[in-house]
Amino acid sequence: MPTQSFTSCTNCGPITVDVKDGRVVRVRPLVMEDGDLKPWTIKAGGKSYSPPKKVTLAPYVHAERNRLYSEDRIRYPMRRVDFDPRGDRNPQNRGKSGYVRISWDEALDIVASEIKRVQGRYGPSALAAMTSSHHNWGLVGYKMSAFSRFFNFLGYTQVFDNPDSWEGWHWGATHCYGFTWRLGMPEPYDMLEDALQHAQMIVFWSNDPDTTRAVYDGSDAAIWRQWLKDKGVAMAFIDPFYNYTAAAMKGKWLAPRPGTDAAVALAIAHVWISEGTYDKQYVADRTIGFDEFRDYVLGVKDGLPKTAAWAEAESAVPARKITALAREWASKRTVLSAGCRGGEGGACRAAYATEWARLMVLLQAMQGLGNPGISIWGTSMGAPWNSKVWFPGYGDLEGRIATSTKVARKIPENKVQQKLYRLTLPDAILEPPVHWKGVGFCNKNFDQQFIPFTYPMEGCSEVRMFYRYGGSFLSTMTDTSKWVRMYQSPKLEFVVNQDCWWSTETAHADIILPACTSLERDDIGEFGEPGGQTKGGSSGCNYRVVVRLKKAIEPLWESKSDYQIFTDLAEKLGFKEDYTEGNTDLDWARKFFEISDLPKYISWEEFDRKGYYVINVPEDYKSTPALRWFAEGRPCDTPDPNNFKRATAKANELGTESGKIEFASESLRRLAPEDEERPVSPRYIRSWEGHRSEAAKIYPLQLMSPHPRFSFHTHYDGHTAWLNDLPAHRIVRDGHAWWPARLHPEDATARDIRSGDIVRLYNDRASVLCIAQVTERVRPGVVHSYASSGKYEPLQPGNSRSPDRAGCVAMLTPGRQLSQNAAGMASNSCLIDVEKWVG
Amino acid sequence: MTTYAMVVDVTRCTGCHNCFLACRDEHVGNDHRPIAAAQPEGGQTWLELLEHERGKFPRVRVDYVPLPCQQCRDAPCVTSAAGGAVYRRPDGIVVIDPDRAKGHPEIVASCPYRVIHWNAAEEIAQKCTFCAHLLDQGWDEPRCVEACPTEALVFGDADDPTSKVSQILKSKATEALHAEFGLTPAVRYHGLPQRFVSGEIAFADRLNDPAVNVRLSLRNGTNAHECLTDPYGDFVFEGLEAGASYVLHILAPGYGAREIGIGAHHDVDLGTILLEPNGVGAA
Repeated sequence: MPTQSFTSCTNCGPITVDVKDGRVVRVRPLVMEDGDLKPWTIKAGGKSYSPPKKVTLAPYVHAERNRLYSEDRIRYPMRRVDFDPRGDRNPQNRGKSGYVRISWDEALDIVASEIKRVQGRYGPSALAAMTSSHHNWGLVGYKMSAFSRFFNFLGYTQVFDNPDSWEGWHWGATHCYGFTWRLGMPEPYDMLEDALQHAQMIVFWSNDPDTTRAVYDGSDAAIWRQWLKDKGVAMAFIDPFYNYTAAAMKGKWLAPRPGTDAAVALAIAHVWISEGTYDKQYVADRTIGFDEFRDYVLGVKDGLPKTAAWAEAESAVPARKITALAREWASKRTVLSAGCRGGEGGACRAAYATEWARLMVLLQAMQGLGNPGISIWGTSMGAPWNSKVWFPGYGDLEGRIATSTKVARKIPENKVQQKLYRLTLPDAILEPPVHWKGVGFCNKNFDQQFIPFTYPMEGCSEVRMFYRYGGSFLSTMTDTSKWVRMYQSPKLEFVVNQDCWWSTETAHADIILPACTSLERDDIGEFGEPGGQTKGGSSGCNYRVVVRLKKAIEPLWESKSDYQIFTDLAEKLGFKEDYTEGNTDLDWARKFFEISDLPKYISWEEFDRKGYYVINVPEDYKSTPALRWFAEGRPCDTPDPNNFKRATAKANELGTESGKIEFASESLRRLAPEDEERPVSPRYIRSWEGHRSEAAKIYPLQLMSPHPRFSFHTHYDGHTAWLNDLPAHRIVRDGHAWWPARLHPEDATARDIRSGDIVRLYNDRASVLCIAQVTERVRPGVVHSYASSGKYEPLQPGNSRSPDRAGCVAMLTPGRQLSQNAAGMASNSCLIDVEKWVG
Repeated sequence: MTTYAMVVDVTRCTGCHNCFLACRDEHVGNDHRPIAAAQPEGGQTWLELLEHERGKFPRVRVDYVPLPCQQCRDAPCVTSAAGGAVYRRPDGIVVIDPDRAKGHPEIVASCPYRVIHWNAAEEIAQKCTFCAHLLDQGWDEPRCVEACPTEALVFGDADDPTSKVSQILKSKATEALHAEFGLTPAVRYHGLPQRFVSGEIAFADRLNDPAVNVRLSLRNGTNAHECLTDPYGDFVFEGLEAGASYVLHILAPGYGAREIGIGAHHDVDLGTILLEPNGVGAA
């Protein structure tokens, strides 16, 4: 049989899937007809810049075939051997006992009857269900679509996600410059052109865009940074780890101790104030509260000027380096690359990270944020981008079968008011009640951050059944051994897990349901565009490409699409017609096509045949650089649809209460004026778990665990053997693929550790076994080990205190939130020690 | 005539490993006879990314050098096996015939670049083919080049003066990896890591001020490299001769002159060099 090609799209790039004799034999970047791609051109410095005529992928997507046929696919519905829904349930054995294969009929019967039993006996709120942060691409199958439609019909206790990648920006930066609708990230529009034309320097602060790749945008922006490097733009990197972007760009490296970035930022402000090298006119016209901030920097009240020498004592970055950076920054048109999709950075997930993120905004305000070459830009979004053609993303209400009134006749409403919060979900099950503030992603206004919640909610039931879709949290949340203990609680009478692969949490369920991947089902989606809080995400791609995700092969083994699983369950529960409205997944995909602008340009038949449509940038494209309008006092002219002041009488204002950049925050003055941990004007506050903490005497090393380079969070890791041959990802020794932990030669020598040794990373919370990589790329006193192992393998299954040899370093991280009123996670405030593991 | 060539621009390689993984996808489990048998599931790397970490905290540098089969004009693997089991095509691609080369482990040992692997189950030597099976089907470039996001890998017909690879060969200085092997590879490198000497200058009497624009010279007999410290007080001399000894001279007005001998053959980061003000005495 000849090879057949199918189009598809992954979380990190669109692909062409070649199939021969019913088997995938090749996965490559989406092949497009030459004439379909019309590259944009940016003119700068007498040169013209255009992207190559192709799409690029994140590395691991090239291993999609390996992952598809992985040994770790969940092949059949499974039941835990010692789980009997009519007799002994043995919840204490979750994570310990094995599984037996059962039929789909039996599995669906058990799940449906348990839903009925639990909700009938305790009420609808006794069912909780939640997804991981990411799923496989495609608007129909995406977690907020098929999953939410099902559970909203049923009614369930929803679990709020914490804004895990944004944290400090969400809880902090919003109070300086608004952008709540972007969870604290600035708009990205046309920042590539701005940088090429105007930037003389880029300061990457806790940002490794060559690794995080604007999350969904493949490797498209990598070449932009080469252009900037070729132009001779100066670059500096502030990170305890000499990250991969730094390695590629060969910039200046400053390595503060984790948790001290805010001190370095204040010292930079001190240099600028002392030397008069900031934009006084901008500060006067476009900001409020500067005097209060200036007095703190100069130490007027506390007698402690925040000088470079003061910051050196905190951060271990020599004062002369801080001063040099401050001077170079002020003397050049400088991009601060510390935010904007993928640039959220590890420093925003640490104790008091609100202060660092706010200071990032304020430093650029002192230099004239929004003026040519002076921006906050991650270097990974903001290519010329056609905003005139609308296609929904999964983050848009119209991009989900659960919420789109355009594609569905009936939109289910979840009638259960009770909520849970992801970070405290285990505590809620194990030790209720729990309290927290905020609705998770607070993207509408500042007040949302302060809404108090209590679980269990009055009049509601505690959760008795947990339906888990995905299984990433043991390696992505904080203090995660408590998730194991949660799963073993008798309070959870029934646990389901639905996933494509055996993941960190899978083996804690009573019933396991095998889902298929997006290569085994039909769907539709746009490369790199999540919509919602990251509207314009596809401007990190060199082309906007909407892709028909085609079923390339039949679902493997007995797996089924998520949509099919929920359809089958809905049938057992009596609401199949409501759930499907008679649609197959392909029917839904076509509906998304039809409600979008695409039918103006291409018929469904043609789109379905080709498998993609490229939304090119028009020839008369006019750029509207991010925040230029604000710097120039004009109404907002960027295509930022969720900016609530846009096209109003206040269109020249930011989304803050004053409409200006706030050195002293009006929203915090109104909502939490007495909060010393997130004061009205930002301060440096020593970490509650940092190098000066009491615990550092026992655990002297600081663990940083940023987003990983060679997996998409937990996706691809563990289930994709080819990745085990990337030494920066995993290293095989004695038949096991170990997770690397990087430490400085000084710290290694003191512990008699050599590269290749198996080491135990430990503190009071957990023990994790890793393979040591001794390197000059990490500063002394710091251990660098990426978050997001795809597996969890305790030496003693079922024992939450047992050392894990898969590399779930998140188990070591503290469960404490950023600060008393900021319920974010602080993975990078983590003290540990390391020793050679002798077994 | 077509003669395939590849240029690897090391300065543009970010170590993303797209090339390595695309190569795996093309070859693992996929039989492309007569060009290549399937690559086994693990253990072989037809395009390795060599990582070079040099220097010391906080003046570290990391480079990646992609290493595919060099497709040598004078390939020792071709002469290592009798009977044409390994042959060089008219377009320059060196092919190990998966059938005729069975049972010839000496092919593996013949390669000084160490890019040939032994498939014990099949008893054949295997390596990168520039994806010749795809080129023969009309593809423009091998999978690794297609997957490269930064144009660090450029491929094409060196006989066609309009091809991108020809233009780059003309406009950029390129060299063979391990030119001393003398094998005339079709793969050429731009920006291979070269020896450097780096360090930081600081003034002992004003430690908190960066020592900017301090003049340094690095001498090897009459051969001198000059540089100034940057805004941070750091300096780096690049492109030094391998194997040569140097003396670093530091001349800052108001401070005692310093001379530091550098005899080592490898890269050196001298750390922070403290300059004492005149009248205090040399450190």
